[in-house]
Amino acid sequence: MSKIIFQHPQSLKHNVFHYCPGCGHSIAHRVICEVIDELGIRGITIGVPPAGCAVLAYNYFDVDMIEAPHGRGPAMASGIKRALPDRIVFSYQGDGDLAAIGMAESFHAANRGENITVIFINNAVYGMTGGQMAPTTMLQQRTTTSPTGRKQALDGYPVKVCEIFSQIGGVTYLERCSVSSPAGVNKTKKAVRKAFQCQMDGLGFSMIEILSMCPTNWKMSSVDSCKWIDEVMTKEFPPGVYKDNIAALKKNAEGQS
Amino acid sequence: MSGNNIIGEAAIRAGCRFYAGYPITPQNELTEYMAEHIRKAEGGVFIQSESEIAAINMIAGASATGARVMTSSSSPGIDLKQEGISSMAACELPGVIVNIMRGGPGLGNIRPSQGDYFQATRGGGHGDYRTIVLAPATGQELADLTMDAFDLADKYRTPAMILADGMMGQMMEPVIFKKAKPRSYPEKFMLRGAGDGKSKFIRGLLLDPIDSEEHNWKLYRKYEAVKKTEVLWDSYLTEDADMVVVAYGTAARIAKGAIKRLREKGAKIGLFRPITLWPFPEMELRALSAKIKNYLVFEMSTGQMLEDVRLALQGYAQIEFHGRPGGAVPTPSQLANVIAKIYDKID
Repeated sequence: MSKIIFQHPQSLKHNVFHYCPGCGHSIAHRVICEVIDELGIRGITIGVPPAGCAVLAYNYFDVDMIEAPHGRGPAMASGIKRALPDRIVFSYQGDGDLAAIGMAESFHAANRGENITVIFINNAVYGMTGGQMAPTTMLQQRTTTSPTGRKQALDGYPVKVCEIFSQIGGVTYLERCSVSSPAGVNKTKKAVRKAFQCQMDGLGFSMIEILSMCPTNWKMSSVDSCKWIDEVMTKEFPPGVYKDNIAALKKNAEGQS
Repeated sequence: MSGNNIIGEAAIRAGCRFYAGYPITPQNELTEYMAEHIRKAEGGVFIQSESEIAAINMIAGASATGARVMTSSSSPGIDLKQEGISSMAACELPGVIVNIMRGGPGLGNIRPSQGDYFQATRGGGHGDYRTIVLAPATGQELADLTMDAFDLADKYRTPAMILADGMMGQMMEPVIFKKAKPRSYPEKFMLRGAGDGKSKFIRGLLLDPIDSEEHNWKLYRKYEAVKKTEVLWDSYLTEDADMVVVAYGTAARIAKGAIKRLREKGAKIGLFRPITLWPFPEMELRALSAKIKNYLVFEMSTGQMLEDVRLALQGYAQIEFHGRPGGAVPTPSQLANVIAKIYDKID
């Protein structure tokens, strides 16, 4: 008897990724597709890709998708979910999309407790436009718009999305992971699965922040990029569960029924 | 009912089941009406959004699923919606946007105005697209055109706008709601999850310039079809007129009152009222110029529709202009004095 232990996810199209070598997007895509397959929700899932490198996500995800203008993913996802409450809706957003231009949409979708899942890719830089400073760029990190390094006095601080969103009442599940190591990828998959399950159980807003490599714009090798996440980025953005109301909400629901 | 409430009720009767909006004067009664009434309809969704930008993107998302959708705002809020309107035009998503215009530019004031004609009829957002623009002038038209706007948006899979102003939104008039047409919107355009089939995607981003050019021409052909078939206008006492006033919406109501007064004194003046501002009734106005050579364009702006009138008349007729921008609204008798002075000068 043979048993399949690894295969191409059904929800992932057979297209070659356009992402740069060493980029974390393709890993994140695959992780999400594996979770969609495992939960058996391909046919009822609708995804909202962002403006940014992942704007072409519909070339990879074999689920229904609609592009959102820059930063507006959570508003669009809210509209889709409210119109079709029994579908599984997720937005996929970068750091500029979520924490700069789309902070209002993200914050308020979270605050309304929209029953959607946000996948937030934090690579501390604007990738598609060529490596400008992001809201999550680290202090002293050089980018094309912080050429001598990000200075707090001029550019402000890196925005800690999970720390901020953990204070929002409408948020049910919030975890920060990274895809910089095999262990990190496994943890990310568990977190993504938990977030989608949270939505399937009707428990409200879930978001998974994924620290992700951008070797091209960091001007590092792929290996060094992984190391930079583990040794530098995680100091500013510590991985972990920032909010988990799942058990409490389930208990409440049981108490009511 | 008040104008704002008429729009809300007409929308719900037309099958609108998704509304998102953000408070701004003078259209708040519409948002409030939807908050109270749309949720009573089966599957009805109301969201008070965090901004006008969020509202337009919420309705875009709901529209993609196949829901009938609407958002509303007033001038400065419509600025914020332009990103989403351009995106809906690109992605071919139907939806109705209501603009209850107020004085501008900037925050302007909350008085009725017609300063957003260019914004509405020239696209407003970026890129090569058009928005169907309907300009009601009575409570009855608010009801009828709101219902029609949903059908037009579906038919051409593009956003349609109701362009009214604070006067239209706030005034009270009796109204009879017509029966809504049954909706026929093909399921193939809806994004509802792939089921066991092929997944779909909706996008406006076309990185290949050849694909993008073809998409633009495709939209253009659609707009040409709209121009050919959807033009609406109204005329009043133009048969024997020596001079015709061209005005829309509230300005047309005031002009009608002024013309009635002047007719009593024997002045032969008529009214030409565009109902669709885009497409503009260009050929119809040009046809009128075969026998009538004097026109007065009256707008509650410094002269925006004036440009479309000039394009329509192509120099074959004399065009005068009178404007009251920034929230100023003349009475019919004040306007009658202005019209009379111009009328007296013609041969």
